[in-house]
Amino acid sequence: MATQEAKFKVIGTRPIRHDGVDKVTGRARYGADINLPGLLHGKVLRSPHAHARIKSIDVSAAAALPGVKAVITSADFPKLKSGVVPLGELAMNPLYMSMNLLAHDKVLYDGHAVAAVAATSPHIAEEAVKLIKVEYEVLPHVQDVRSAMKEDAPILLPDVRTSGAPEKSDKQTNIASQVRFARGDLDVGFKAADIVVEREFNTAMVHQGYIEPHNAVAQYNADGQATIWTSTQGAFTARDQCGLVLGIPASSIKVVPAEIGGGFGGKIPIYLEPLALLLSKKSGKPVKLVMSRGEVLRATGPTPGSHIRVKMGANKAGKITAAQVWMAYEAGAFPGSPVGAGCMTILAPYDLENLQIDGFDVLVNKPKTAAYRAPGATNAAMGAETVIDELAEKLGIDPLEFRRINGAKEGTAQPAGPKYLRIGYLETVEAAKNSAHYKSPLPKVSGKLVGRGVASGFWFNAGFQSSATVNINTDGTANVVTGSPDIGGSRASCAMIAAEVLGLKAEEVHPVVADTESIGHTDMTGGSRVTFATGYAVYEAAQDAVNQLKQRAATLWKAKPEEVVFQDGVVSRTTNGQESMSLKELAGKLPRAGGPVGGRASVNPRGVGPAFATHVVDVAVDPETGKVDILRYTATQDVGKAVHPSYVEGQMQGAVAQGVGWALNEEYFYDEKGTLRNAGFLDYRVPTCLDLPMIETILIEVPNPGHPIGIRGVGEVPIVPPPAAIANAIYRAVGVRMTELPMSPPKVAKAVLEKK
Amino acid sequence: MATVFIPALLRKLTGGKDRTSATGATLRELINDLDRQFPGFRDRVVEHGDLAGSVAVSINGEVITGGLAEPVPTDSEIHFVPAIAGG
Repeated sequence: MATQEAKFKVIGTRPIRHDGVDKVTGRARYGADINLPGLLHGKVLRSPHAHARIKSIDVSAAAALPGVKAVITSADFPKLKSGVVPLGELAMNPLYMSMNLLAHDKVLYDGHAVAAVAATSPHIAEEAVKLIKVEYEVLPHVQDVRSAMKEDAPILLPDVRTSGAPEKSDKQTNIASQVRFARGDLDVGFKAADIVVEREFNTAMVHQGYIEPHNAVAQYNADGQATIWTSTQGAFTARDQCGLVLGIPASSIKVVPAEIGGGFGGKIPIYLEPLALLLSKKSGKPVKLVMSRGEVLRATGPTPGSHIRVKMGANKAGKITAAQVWMAYEAGAFPGSPVGAGCMTILAPYDLENLQIDGFDVLVNKPKTAAYRAPGATNAAMGAETVIDELAEKLGIDPLEFRRINGAKEGTAQPAGPKYLRIGYLETVEAAKNSAHYKSPLPKVSGKLVGRGVASGFWFNAGFQSSATVNINTDGTANVVTGSPDIGGSRASCAMIAAEVLGLKAEEVHPVVADTESIGHTDMTGGSRVTFATGYAVYEAAQDAVNQLKQRAATLWKAKPEEVVFQDGVVSRTTNGQESMSLKELAGKLPRAGGPVGGRASVNPRGVGPAFATHVVDVAVDPETGKVDILRYTATQDVGKAVHPSYVEGQMQGAVAQGVGWALNEEYFYDEKGTLRNAGFLDYRVPTCLDLPMIETILIEVPNPGHPIGIRGVGEVPIVPPPAAIANAIYRAVGVRMTELPMSPPKVAKAVLEKK
Repeated sequence: MATVFIPALLRKLTGGKDRTSATGATLRELINDLDRQFPGFRDRVVEHGDLAGSVAVSINGEVITGGLAEPVPTDSEIHFVPAIAGG
């Protein structure tokens, strides 16, 4: 649908974001800012054990504390059946969801919620949870995927059987699911190789690290209707999950999405919302729950650690002849790691004849993992992209040239099978090769060893359902209403799309993110889908508004609607060029022309365009301490049509920053008892601006033919290459192949010492 | 006649074949035909009368949104792949 020649007046410009002033002046209202008359404050009691049976819970002392208005345990939840239930874009097991919200008969990880209290002050609530007596029988725990896969491993969930396995089995297991992609003949492929590289990788569990902790305020009314204000990536998704887990109609709950301080996938699941609702129902008062940073790290949804084995062969011409991958991802305490996505992405940038990829979703005594920006793909790329670098090096081929030789293009079969439509992977490789960065010599840093690395990445992007309305105001401006919480600047992109269609300036369109009763169903903000899919709905809704405007003008002119054209914000009559009106003039006449104009659209679009990225990084390694400094970083990406280039660049820069943290510092550190020992930002170290140079970005616009404006998702793929690119740069600097994330100073120093 | 690529872990049902031909105007009909050819196939991809939540279907390179009612054009290439959302 999109054409290369499309000329835009608003799309591609860089207006000031509509929510910018509110955010920089502190006026924007986040979930924790919500206050209501009679508001109670909640606190959650959490497990100190990684795995234990709950023998008893005695809440009587807590309930008797003056100021305490309600106490809940899992007994307050309805009894639910195990089984996967489709929930919009997600498939969920309501029983497991319930078990994660408040532990049933067992706690399955350090921090697992056990009970919750609502009191007249946060301090009383804190005191009250300490009065809850829980008698535990501590059980053996397992936190490493390879140990958890063993036959004699402690079993987390007795009812789990391996889904997807070729043979049905009734054996208890921690392997929740299995996936395989295979084509060609591995033996033939490896025999044709002149060189084969095989390595094993371990990556640590890491958190999205969003600045704003989870929060929820709930008010349950006596008529059975409820309202929840929360920081969520999907108001409808949160509403549906709450309805499912509480056994009440979703339509009885209104979810108001508050301003959101980051999500990256971690704010798709619910944690506090049903607890706040139950506490409100029990106390008859509104209840607010806000997590501490420690609770966020211990008990929300990080992305899995993993064990990955990659074996690849290539011939002297630089063509990959075979690739074999085995990967096991930590699901956490309940099934659902992104290992399927890891398997589908790990070799996705390449055109391969012979491959086999095996993936396993493995239960471990850690928090249930959630999505994190291109979930599963970053771990995977650390394996494949470093092995590819080694193949290229051993064959004496430039690593970007090696990628060009093997790169996927339109018509290439993905590892999972389907053929790509129009993609821009090779363009990202060429852009990296031609970048000023790649052409420049490596800088010298006194006392340190420097190196340059490259890596590529892939992400699918998503479509899913979205709704939008575009209402014309009496002064000829417009309001755009969507149901997509704005995490990465989507208010601006939606307003710009409407402005483009209506011939308005971006500032003349006011974007609104609505609650679940004020807009049609809209799936979550995630999968890099909002500017694509909600933008699609906005485009269609604006077109609907244009059609109505043409009808209104026709009424005024006593003409046929088809005699009226709308272009650049002006309606005119084709049969009489003298008659024309600006949108602003027409808006004032609408009361005499049939009434207000409100366009609407609901879509479930196809035509999703996947995204590719190729990154270049220079590092300096201190051989004494093992500390790695990022000297220069360039990210190239096929971004489709960039609606607001600054926010596309921002997505790329933010993702690279997170990828650098994942590569060099971040990890969940558990002690021998299975207790998380770094549940705070002092010990769980994310990069700050002092750790990073300005991230350079190169936007390659290969319009997505499946979207009227050519939009592709942009927010996820830039987190995929950084750890591999940095590992490759470290190798070029110090000559050691790092195979563990994070590549923290002790690990790098040890590797350098061992090499000596 | 559509060409259906068999997921690797279901190839036991097809005697190791990695692709097969199947007929059906809709995905439901196509899966019924696959189940006739390879008994047990339907149970691996359909749950509660709809596509299993963990399964997505790609027709000619595009992930479909119509579920079992999705029309299947003649000579399509069909893949069953894991359903992916994102962060």
